[in-house]
Amino acid sequence: MVKAFLRDYPTEARLLLVVLAIVLFLSLASDSFLTLVNFTSLLNNTAVNLIWAVGLLVVLIAGGIDISFAVAASVVQYVAVYVFEAMGGGNWAIGFIVAGALGIALGFVNATLIHHFRIITIVVTIATFNAFFGLLMFFTSGRFLYNLPDWWVDRIIIFERQTADGTWAELTLPVAVMAVCLGATWLLINRTTLGRQLFAFGDNPEGARRLGINIALMQFLAFGWMGMMAGIGGLMQVNIVQEVVPNALIGRELDVLAAVVLGGARLGGGRGSVLGCVLGVMIVALTQNGLNLMGVSPFAFKMVVGAIILIAISASNLSFARRVRPPVGGWK
Amino acid sequence: MPLDKTAQRDVPAISLRHVSKLFGGVHALDDVSFEVLPGEVHCLAGENGCGKSTLIKIITGVYTPEAGVEMAFAGQSVTSVTPNVARQNGIAVIWQDLALFPEMSVAENIAFETLLGNLPRLVSYRRLRARSAAILEMLGEDIDLDARLNTLPIAQRQIVAIARALISDAKLIFMDEPTASLTQSETDSLLGVVRKLAARGVAVVFVSHRLAEVLDIADRVTVLRDGKLVGIFEAEGMTQSRLTELMTGKTFGAEVAARDMTGAPAVLEVEGLSRHGEFEDVSLTVREGEVVGLTGLIGAGRSELGHALFGMTRPDAGTIRLSGRELHLRSNRDAVAEGIAYVSEDRLALGLVQPQAIADNIVLPILPRISRRTGLISPTEKAGRVEHWLRELSIKIGQPSDPVSTLSGGNQQRVVLAKWLATNPRVLILDSPTVGVDVGARAGIFRIIRDLAEKGLAILMISDEVPEVYFNADRVLHMAGGRIRGEYDPRKVTLKELEAAVYG
Repeated sequence: MVKAFLRDYPTEARLLLVVLAIVLFLSLASDSFLTLVNFTSLLNNTAVNLIWAVGLLVVLIAGGIDISFAVAASVVQYVAVYVFEAMGGGNWAIGFIVAGALGIALGFVNATLIHHFRIITIVVTIATFNAFFGLLMFFTSGRFLYNLPDWWVDRIIIFERQTADGTWAELTLPVAVMAVCLGATWLLINRTTLGRQLFAFGDNPEGARRLGINIALMQFLAFGWMGMMAGIGGLMQVNIVQEVVPNALIGRELDVLAAVVLGGARLGGGRGSVLGCVLGVMIVALTQNGLNLMGVSPFAFKMVVGAIILIAISASNLSFARRVRPPVGGWK
Repeated sequence: MPLDKTAQRDVPAISLRHVSKLFGGVHALDDVSFEVLPGEVHCLAGENGCGKSTLIKIITGVYTPEAGVEMAFAGQSVTSVTPNVARQNGIAVIWQDLALFPEMSVAENIAFETLLGNLPRLVSYRRLRARSAAILEMLGEDIDLDARLNTLPIAQRQIVAIARALISDAKLIFMDEPTASLTQSETDSLLGVVRKLAARGVAVVFVSHRLAEVLDIADRVTVLRDGKLVGIFEAEGMTQSRLTELMTGKTFGAEVAARDMTGAPAVLEVEGLSRHGEFEDVSLTVREGEVVGLTGLIGAGRSELGHALFGMTRPDAGTIRLSGRELHLRSNRDAVAEGIAYVSEDRLALGLVQPQAIADNIVLPILPRISRRTGLISPTEKAGRVEHWLRELSIKIGQPSDPVSTLSGGNQQRVVLAKWLATNPRVLILDSPTVGVDVGARAGIFRIIRDLAEKGLAILMISDEVPEVYFNADRVLHMAGGRIRGEYDPRKVTLKELEAAVYG
């Protein structure tokens, strides 16, 4: 069991060690780190990034990349506000359907451009990143929206416990939604035929084509899934911050991308796991959390997080190089 | 395995008549017939561009042939073939590049067929593994089903590709150059699998540049030349030289070209060279104008020795001398500066920058030499050098600015040679100079090697094809297990004796 895990998920195993090391270090360095309150708030704060991370994971597995999803989430938030208004307020069920559908629609825009015009995914999503954001800023004139339906901005607590010092540890709705998104993505990529086709397509597109895998379906599935996660993540983000701000999410795409790649998803396709995503996001979040607790200036966060990502990725690359060093007597 | 062992052996698994295919008015295939019987190993032979792959692509439904064609699968006449029709009729192709999924498990690679379909279903890994295991067992191969494919050697990946073809109940399997990157023993075991398939009534069409292997395995050989059918021949009684003549339309004298070069001054002298785990105590001499053949099975340490002589790896012990002066090579830049050139085995990936212009490839190692004092490259100097080498090696190209990838294998090989000859070397190390090159084009390559030797170049030619070194080298060194095991004079031993020594 452990042996098979180490063989099949070497990157994840190593990241797990890194996470444990960080946790160990921080629990020694800070009294407030190893507390229930800190952990629940950590989960609340990373929920949206994790939802996006597993969406992006699917695109990366299929051999693509998407940097438009964070602004797509902003677009979904704005359009959803107007849709809910038109529908007389809406509720959570409508909210998930509308946000998911809008996100899927934006994902399909990417997929259409990629598949029908044969443009590489990074170029397409750089273009749609600018187009989505430009359109959003143009039509909203950068206006913030505060007047949102009550159901949307009310905090829903799914778990709470009072700790010894009287503070409350609580988990909110986004964490539950995140858990469902993670489970659904795991099911999709590991247990369904379409998920395995996504891996095959990302791994060897020409081989996939010769085998009769539906290439259009793969692109639309990957970018549709990413879009759905972008939309749901956007919906959750509003629940957390209780406002809609057009430029609130721009820039988040690179944090998520870094975390997912750190988690072992390969740029180029064919490799990646939900567990890796979780670990990648956690390493970044734990580092920030730790720096925060230790009283390091927030201005240093980005620098330290950048260094952590570099170190972790070089470490996994180095051991990769060791594994593929030619055997004695040369390659067969 | 739902293979029908009682299939009538006289009804062809596939038969085609009057196959023609035009590309822009040019006949890629001109009224060709082709037929394979169940359980037959049939070889499709011909030089690159003769129409082999066009024929395969027509049979598998990738290309549509011109009107007038008659096709029948297992006696049933068909009007048009699409990739799906071909698959349903049990026709499978194992492409040279394998079309497998390196990041996925062996079981998934073999039984991916069960994962196809546009509607999502849950994957049954149990069924997947059971089906893959059954196929591998039938082939008598023991491969870890859960291993990731890219952790397997190429030979086992071939087996996985064959297993995948079999799982879709293939009745006719095309193998495109399946042994190109295999060692002798791996090739033998692959040929064993092919025989096993044939015994089960599966027809196998084999495409290979290695004629010895073709004649060893095939029942019949269909020879194509310039898109036309030369004939269908029984493999029994066919010889390599006869087959070469049929394929090229020319006759090649297979004569030992060795000369006595003992009087010439030594250029490259290697003494007691060792590198742990790669080669041991290697001593050899290459004289001015001499072609020394270095042969042995893959894994004997030949290429590793080549790398060390080219400064790419550092030996642990021993000396390398060039015209009596001891060399301490820290990198291959040093080696180039000293006048050593090395043409690698994997030209496509390592020897050439495929998408770049032919001219740019040729001058790549000599950029500093054709630069002006400003550091900018002199276009006239560059054009002059390129023209010189294109003429010298009679490389047939459109424009020097065309990408290398547009050239045939033989011409690409010449471009690699030109690139290294442009460095004006004194020692030329050639690693498997004819891998992937046509029989006809090979003769041209050897003629060039000979000419270069006549001009005084010291040449070390590494090859695992014993006949190649036997006929073209002045002396042959046999390497095995990292050591030089023997030295042979082709004029004093027969090819059989040499082959027995190397393969024995």
